[in-house]
Amino acid sequence: MADVIHDAVDYVPPLVIEDEELYHAKTWLGKYVFSQDAKVIAIQYSVTAIGVGIVALCLSVLMRLQIGWPESFAFIDPSNYLQFVTMHGMIMVVYLLTALFLGGFGNYMIPLMIGARDMAFPYANMLSFWFYFASVVILLASFFVPGGATGAGWTLYPPQAIMPGTPGTDLGILLMLASLAVFIIGFTMGGLNYLTTTLQLRTRGMSLMRMPLTVWAIFTATVLALLAFPALLVSAIMMTLDTVLGTSFFMPAIISAGAQTDYSGGSPVLFQHLFWFFGHPEVYIVALPAFGLVSDIISVHARKAIFGYRMMVWAIVAIGALSFVVWAHHMYVSGMNPYFGFFFATTTLIIAVPTAIKVYNWVLTLWRGNIKTTVPMLFAIGFVFTFINGGLTGLFLGNVTIDLPLSDTYFVVAHFHMVMAVSPVLVVFGSIYHWYPKITGRMYNDSMARIHFWCTFVGSYAIYYPMHYLGIEGMPRRYFAYGETEFISSSSGDLNAAISIAAIFVAISQIFFFWNIIASLFKGEKADPNPWGATTLEWQTPQTPPGHGNFDDLPLVYRWAYDYSVPGYEQDFIPQNVSPAEAEKMAKRVEND
Amino acid sequence: MEYVLLTLAVVMGVVVWWILRQTINVKPWVPAASTEAVDSGGVRSGLDVGNPLRPSKVALGGFLAVSSSIFALFISAYSIRMEYGDWRPLPEPTLLWANTGILILCSVFLHSAWVNVKKQNLGGIKVGLALGSLMTVAFMVGQLMAWNQLVNSGYGISGNPANAFFYTLTAIHALHLLGGLIALGVAFKNVWGAVEFSEIENKVYAIELCGVYWHFFLAVWAILFTYLLNT
Ligand code: HEM
Ligand SMILES: [Cu+2]
Repeated sequence: MADVIHDAVDYVPPLVIEDEELYHAKTWLGKYVFSQDAKVIAIQYSVTAIGVGIVALCLSVLMRLQIGWPESFAFIDPSNYLQFVTMHGMIMVVYLLTALFLGGFGNYMIPLMIGARDMAFPYANMLSFWFYFASVVILLASFFVPGGATGAGWTLYPPQAIMPGTPGTDLGILLMLASLAVFIIGFTMGGLNYLTTTLQLRTRGMSLMRMPLTVWAIFTATVLALLAFPALLVSAIMMTLDTVLGTSFFMPAIISAGAQTDYSGGSPVLFQHLFWFFGHPEVYIVALPAFGLVSDIISVHARKAIFGYRMMVWAIVAIGALSFVVWAHHMYVSGMNPYFGFFFATTTLIIAVPTAIKVYNWVLTLWRGNIKTTVPMLFAIGFVFTFINGGLTGLFLGNVTIDLPLSDTYFVVAHFHMVMAVSPVLVVFGSIYHWYPKITGRMYNDSMARIHFWCTFVGSYAIYYPMHYLGIEGMPRRYFAYGETEFISSSSGDLNAAISIAAIFVAISQIFFFWNIIASLFKGEKADPNPWGATTLEWQTPQTPPGHGNFDDLPLVYRWAYDYSVPGYEQDFIPQNVSPAEAEKMAKRVEND
Repeated sequence: MEYVLLTLAVVMGVVVWWILRQTINVKPWVPAASTEAVDSGGVRSGLDVGNPLRPSKVALGGFLAVSSSIFALFISAYSIRMEYGDWRPLPEPTLLWANTGILILCSVFLHSAWVNVKKQNLGGIKVGLALGSLMTVAFMVGQLMAWNQLVNSGYGISGNPANAFFYTLTAIHALHLLGGLIALGVAFKNVWGAVEFSEIENKVYAIELCGVYWHFFLAVWAILFTYLLNT
């Protein structure tokens, strides 16, 4: 064959990978319940996650009732309180945010954004959801077993997690560990799917550096989760053995109720190492997807290319890699070697560098952008604010000397809520509003969404800002009641009542959200297929909502995801699947006018 | 924790190196038909979509990374726990040497199955798979016998952390093989009824994956066994 010189502009490369064979469900059950379509699975994941999230929200209101007005609620006793704290924390971190970002957004966004028909292994994907569902059922069941749910705190530290005196040491703790194990197995099936799909099923022209940041972020978070969850699994296995078979992995020689137990020599600090080896990456498993989603939202609604796309990608990867070497900053008070503390303080401060780069780039993307203050954009800007707040207190806590007095106080509660509760949740809301028209084919009610934003945003600050102050005063966390102390001022009782009022207000204002997205399903205006004028592939699908198989012919990708307001073009965005030749015609139209 | 850090450093190193290689000189903002080289036959180099590897191979690689993380964590925990005063090493039953031999045979048989796939020799495939599964079962029975010996000579799981780690590690390793047996069973079922090699042509890739899996867990066992013997 003679050498043909291909025209770089319109050459259409041949398929390298065969087109996927799609699974077609035959029964109603196969289509909606045991569905193998990533979009259906995404919605199943999201609805389940938000469902348990509501449980956790109610638990936080119960906690706040007790802290705000101690001794006024007979149905909350000290053990209940500890159970609420524990279940609230664990549900929010693992069963809500991790499941929602990776199982929910991952399943919906990855195949659509990279131009694939579905995930690589639809069957495993379906199993992944049902494992997750089972883990949620096991977790919630622990409320109803004798002894109730575990009250060990979401960190589940031994020895107290399994010694009498802590609530839920009969079955509660075992159910918690079992539920986590099931969750991890389910996640591994899903995670291998997200990984493989991103690597192997990208459509033609979708090179790695043309992927939207959402995909980059979810991909990296998946890699982190695949490598970090084993630490939780390993510690759960060892703790189960300590509980059931009487081994002494973590359990030291200990006297309980006046009698010497059979345990001896185990190391509780070993558990802390294992737990935080998972626990810190977990923070970024939740944060990275939020970073990715928010980058895309900001770029679309500021009608501007994301500033420093390549930096953003490398920052995501760098944060991911570094997040494995900072875990012991959660253990400064465990009595470690000072050089150790120095090492971990240093790595912690280093990880702030790529994180700060991301913040600068968001701000620079907004800078002189054509900012549309749509609801998703409000949430995105709210996120940037909140994340900066939480990030700054993190720098304080990263230093050993500052952390020692602040550890286990409300300062820590305020910090991690700013950085990993409020921030990601704002992104969750923003993303749901942003993609709502694509997912449902209808538009949400704009004014109600705006009310929801302002209540949530301002309300969260009313909750968490004062907590910093309480923490500096030395108010410890996870306490049922405070009684008389020398260091907590008497006015802090009023402050706590005020915080509780704000918390109840925020919780109730979520009704605006649920009402809006449910009512708009039926009554919302029919949405345009691409209402925001976005470039990414999910907005270019032939049907809205996208049908089974996502695309008719798989799209061809000619450009990155950030061609907004390109000079010389009338339309202020060029979708990823517009070829340079077609784009030329778009530009000519401008000249003729 | 140095063992797990080392393992993850290797995994992360590969990931980061691979990503850097694909992203460092790219100008994503330049639109073009495709960023990869197109040769005269219209075939592009693999760089753009990643190599057209079979997705299941990539997923297997991912799974092995997860398992490496699990075992590295256990070994890290082991080495930390060992430093405490109450650690009493337990005598490894000699039977473990025999089991190691059996596990090597498993790998050899599965490898021979794969060689026969390349030769398109249906009979050889069946024999390789059958012997491979049989030997795997034998290995697990052997491990149970070793457990039995230990229990009978008074080394119960709660007696000492060394015992606890021994039982846990061997159990987790065997569980991985048990999971592998399910995949192997499916591969076996697909091959069993076939009379012509052509009937199974597009299913045999599973045999290669099983082989890789077994070699990997042979290596894991070799590391575990060496470690157990020396501590
Ligand atoms: C209206 C929203 C929320 C309120 C009012 C709230 C309130 C609280 C309170 C009062 C505590 C107990 C503090 C203590 O006594 O130590 C707590 C703990 C915690 N919360 Fe939240 N929270 C909210 C949302 C979230 C979200 C979205 C997350 C998800 C990341 C989250 C994660 C946690 C964690 C990890 C803990 C620590 C649990 C533990 O100590 O074991 N919270 N929260
Ligand atoms: Cu951390």
